Amino acid sequence: MSRTPRAIVIRTAGTNCDSEMVRGFSLAGAKTDLVHLDRLIAQPSILAEYDLVGFAGGFSYGDDCGAGRVKAVKIRERLIADLHAARDRGVPMIGACNGFQVLVQTGLLPGGEIQTAALASNARGRFIDEWVRVRYEPTSVCLWTAGFAEQRDENALMLPIAHGEGRFVVSSDRITHELEQQGQIVLRYQSDVNGSAGNIAGICDPTGRVFGLMPHPERFLSWQNHPYWTRLDPAERAGDTPGLRMFLNAVESVRHAPASA
Amino acid sequence: MKPQAPVHRVEVHPSDRAGDPLGASVFRSARSLGIPCTSARTSRVYLFQAAFDPASLERVRSRLLTDPILEESTLGSRPARPGDRIIEVHPLPGVMDPAAQTVRDAVRELTGIEARVITGIRYDFGGLDRSNAEVLARRLLANGVIEQVHFEPWTPTEFPMAHPADQTLRHVPIIHLGDDELASLSRKGHLFLSLQEMRAIQSHFRDRGREPTDIELETLAQTWSEHCVHKTLKSTVRYREEGATLGAAINWAGRPGVTAHPDGSVTIKNLLKSTVAAATHELIAGGLDWALSVFVDNAGVIALDEHWAINVKVETHNRPSAIEPYGGAATGVGGCIRDVIGTGLGAKPIANTDVFCVASPALTELPPGVLHPRRILSRVVDGVRDYGNRMGIPTVNGAVYFDDRYVGNPLVFCGCVGLLPRNKIKGRVNPGDRIIALGGRTGRDGIHGATFSSAELTHTHADEFAHAVQIGNAIEEKRVLDAILRARDAETGCLYSGLTDCGAGGFSSAIGEMGSKIGATVHLDRAPLKYDGLRYDEIWISESQERMILAVPAANIEALRAICKEEGVEMADLGEFGTPTREIILNFNNKEVGRLSCDFLHDGIPMPTREAIWCSPSTSSTPSRGTGLQPVSSSSSSSSSQDIRQTLLTLLAHPIIASKRWIVRQYDHEVQGNTIIKPLVGPGGIGPGDATVIQPIHGSKQGIAIACGLATPVGDPVLNGDPYLMAIAAVDECVRNLVCVGADPDRIAILDNFCWPSCDKPQNMASLVRAAVGCYDAAKAYRTPFVSGKDSLNNQFRYTDPDSGRQITIEIPPTLLISGVGIVPDVSKCVTMDLKRAGGMLYLIGDQRRSESRSESSLIEHPRTARLIARLIQDRVVRSAHDCSEGGWLVALAEMLIASSAGVSNLGASLQHGDPLHDRSRNWAAEMFAELPGRYIIEVDRTHERLVEDHPELRWTLLGLVDDSGGLRLPDDSAPASARTIPVAELRRAFLGTLDW
Repeated sequence: MSRTPRAIVIRTAGTNCDSEMVRGFSLAGAKTDLVHLDRLIAQPSILAEYDLVGFAGGFSYGDDCGAGRVKAVKIRERLIADLHAARDRGVPMIGACNGFQVLVQTGLLPGGEIQTAALASNARGRFIDEWVRVRYEPTSVCLWTAGFAEQRDENALMLPIAHGEGRFVVSSDRITHELEQQGQIVLRYQSDVNGSAGNIAGICDPTGRVFGLMPHPERFLSWQNHPYWTRLDPAERAGDTPGLRMFLNAVESVRHAPASA
Repeated sequence: MKPQAPVHRVEVHPSDRAGDPLGASVFRSARSLGIPCTSARTSRVYLFQAAFDPASLERVRSRLLTDPILEESTLGSRPARPGDRIIEVHPLPGVMDPAAQTVRDAVRELTGIEARVITGIRYDFGGLDRSNAEVLARRLLANGVIEQVHFEPWTPTEFPMAHPADQTLRHVPIIHLGDDELASLSRKGHLFLSLQEMRAIQSHFRDRGREPTDIELETLAQTWSEHCVHKTLKSTVRYREEGATLGAAINWAGRPGVTAHPDGSVTIKNLLKSTVAAATHELIAGGLDWALSVFVDNAGVIALDEHWAINVKVETHNRPSAIEPYGGAATGVGGCIRDVIGTGLGAKPIANTDVFCVASPALTELPPGVLHPRRILSRVVDGVRDYGNRMGIPTVNGAVYFDDRYVGNPLVFCGCVGLLPRNKIKGRVNPGDRIIALGGRTGRDGIHGATFSSAELTHTHADEFAHAVQIGNAIEEKRVLDAILRARDAETGCLYSGLTDCGAGGFSSAIGEMGSKIGATVHLDRAPLKYDGLRYDEIWISESQERMILAVPAANIEALRAICKEEGVEMADLGEFGTPTREIILNFNNKEVGRLSCDFLHDGIPMPTREAIWCSPSTSSTPSRGTGLQPVSSSSSSSSSQDIRQTLLTLLAHPIIASKRWIVRQYDHEVQGNTIIKPLVGPGGIGPGDATVIQPIHGSKQGIAIACGLATPVGDPVLNGDPYLMAIAAVDECVRNLVCVGADPDRIAILDNFCWPSCDKPQNMASLVRAAVGCYDAAKAYRTPFVSGKDSLNNQFRYTDPDSGRQITIEIPPTLLISGVGIVPDVSKCVTMDLKRAGGMLYLIGDQRRSESRSESSLIEHPRTARLIARLIQDRVVRSAHDCSEGGWLVALAEMLIASSAGVSNLGASLQHGDPLHDRSRNWAAEMFAELPGRYIIEVDRTHERLVEDHPELRWTLLGLVDDSGGLRLPDDSAPASARTIPVAELRRAFLGTLDW
């Protein structure tokens, strides 16, 4: 029997893409709560009530010391065990932009006990907001983008980025190799937008459930978010956007799963 | 005395794997300044004064400060490479250091240890000599107003400590002073009050039989400052015309507040009320029902639908930005956002705008004491970016205008649009409400900002007013916003009865305004301070950022405190609103230090009659340092393809017209996910859109279009311009921009920002009068009410010429920014300016006759045209639309072509001679570059041809057709096709190349 899945989006001082991530989960059918990190730290047990977790973008704690650093430190020190437990019971998680930066610094991505990837300053050293073309890896095990690799419509192969620190860097070339081998590379930029290794824009953990990416799928929930929708025929902008489909994939995957703890 | 904890230093360097993009960027900038060096590396520096044990320090270093992949770190300092030179930059003591606050909190969380923190940045340059290091530090890396520079790693033995201030109550002897002494007191005390105002204060205290305290005098100076009270625009003006006058003939008969005199002069009572505001009130009286709150709150409020309202405000932050562009622009954004938050019972900011007026970035000779315009522009962009992006508010619209007369006095306009429930558009402070301060702590920053911003800039201001400059902390403001919205939407109802932001004048203005009808008792010792050493009067007038004042019923204090605690916002109870005698009573440590009656404070300011004389510029002789866009109409009289091509490419590359992509792309213009028409449009994301559209309410078809209009050359005294026509042209441009994306011209609200040189000069006062009258006429003609506005006067720069020893004053050209928000009834009908499809017909809409375009009839014609275009867009007849502004219609068409170009798209256009139905004989090529108001270019499908051409009211000219040639083909019969075609790629290069910083 299907039921209404529950999603939690974690915010802190300086997260500011939280309302659109809440909207993404909600449009996809999840009952979604926006919860302050400090409240979660004070009461980590509430994580067990949720089927999906979102790490919103923004400038958590001003991105002082490094993008997403302080938020990641707080999570590593106070919440990591509870997040591991959630992951281990199959809870899909997504981190976009600042959320991705947090996921790699907590080790939740690419997965493992220590940090093996990072997001460095863009190669040009500057914040950039634009829509970029991406390509979804056919070998990816990612749950959130299941079915995306067959996408041929160039207009749908676009996502917005807005970051100063999105250059994907790994601790050693072996890591890249492992990511490729295990289907953990989810999407790549079609061109070099920020200097990322292998133009990697997003990765997942080996289970395919924990997903992080620099682009903002939560900013592409409607075709009217598309940068040139006024040129597209109505037929070209029919159906769910790629951004919404990511949330739909995740919410659907837990809808039929047994209720969480 | 407790021994001081030791100072620890941690340096964080980028690892080889991560590389050092910041270093690379600094290196490029140094080289572009012509400073010889061979390499640049950067490190972040953290200084701690804390009782760390080795394990705690190691924890902080390895877990908090260092990314294991991107960074390496050193305790102490890493030795410089042989031959490298170190430049290290830290904030001056007392300057806001947001990163230090974050680190301090994180260190407490990680180790439980209370640390004092200073951050900094270390640069290691190869091949740089000492004297060049000093030049580089001054010109690129640090601003002495807020930062200190060291040429070696800096580890102080202890952090600077502020000492407790002397809180002795000071009286200022004033009641026995003569006029000269009063004037001198005003200047030396940085009060910037006129003699007449000083006399009014003197007389007030004579009546009371006592001398004022320092805090009373300061309060009056802040409250009576031009910045806060707008005394020039609210004054009575005697206006007359002299000699052969220029521009439009204004008919004064029947205008509100105007008395005509037999000699032809007129007296205008309260200029602002009789012009800008009068137009709005007349429109409302005439049935316009969607302007909900105008000119009374921190921002104007208009209706969106039956549940929601939009509020909007545009501010300037010119003086601080001249001295410290980064902090000045950032705090300008922050202040304007707080105005929007502090409207009614609180609004959520949903969009920001920014407009800059600066001198040419190519300028080589600068007056003493000014920063280079390129640095000013780069740093104001950085400031807007860092504040707006961190706040999570999309920066969606703006403009940059260049004119060398802005060299010492650049203009920085910051706007903000908010969303609030319609049942929360009015607050009401009640006696007994607690005075609650939320947000940042109070420090010495920004003291005298209100009076400083009302004064003329001189080349010594950077030294004299360093304390008026501030650095913002966006995350602090975001916390305050989160807390206020929660308190506003509390389940039990809004927890406060009114709120306002602390802007210019700090607590004195905020509490003074909120308590203006009922009085307030304030205990200044209860304000949380950043550091010791502030006197009571400094606490009262400090302009420290990120603070709001709420009026909170006592019963709601605990609920508010709980929200603040969860959001990490500091809250302080400073006293109570309401006194029996309507006074502002100031206490410090339970001792009264000031008492002012609200009547005198708010209504005691004398309003002199100001002289305004409109005469031709030759008699007013404004020193010119060059005008913006050189008029090109002379060169376009020839219609040979070669000349047109050259002129067009030159215009596209002109900084005023050239793409501002490098700015727009640094702003997050899509956060919140509601930006549906973006500032850059078309398939390649390079088309300069006319307006941006935000869809704030999901499930509603309605959107909000945001745009601006600026028509400075039309009113420029150097070009024999007329500010009356300039105001009309700016409103027209703003309206056209909004209409072009699909806004309803009957639902457009506008805002005025006047930036003028000194209006003590009758000529400038006259130009201000004419602009204000133009605003009145335009607002009524277009039916676009002004809902809010702001003025900044005395925008001029005075210095002593080092060669001649002469005093030189550079007045800015009178600048009127019109900002507008328009309701888009159905966002699915939005239109963008990029050409859509081969075969489309290109029409120029509007009057092509130069003589007609600026006559009185244009006030009937242009608003009508706007409505006709809007109708065509609603009927889905228009595929693309663009307004014609700088450079005339050919530039506008070129922009539409450039916008449509990307990858596979290969659209072009072929132009034809004047169409047979209209005026076959006219050589309209001669007017390709004419900058006439009221015109649009639209692209229409051939099937809709008749809807345009048979339209009974539309004035149209068929320009040509959209094709797939990838070029702009000119209608020159004498040249072969190849010679009269300009490839779009070439247009694009010219357009993108100039400001590709």
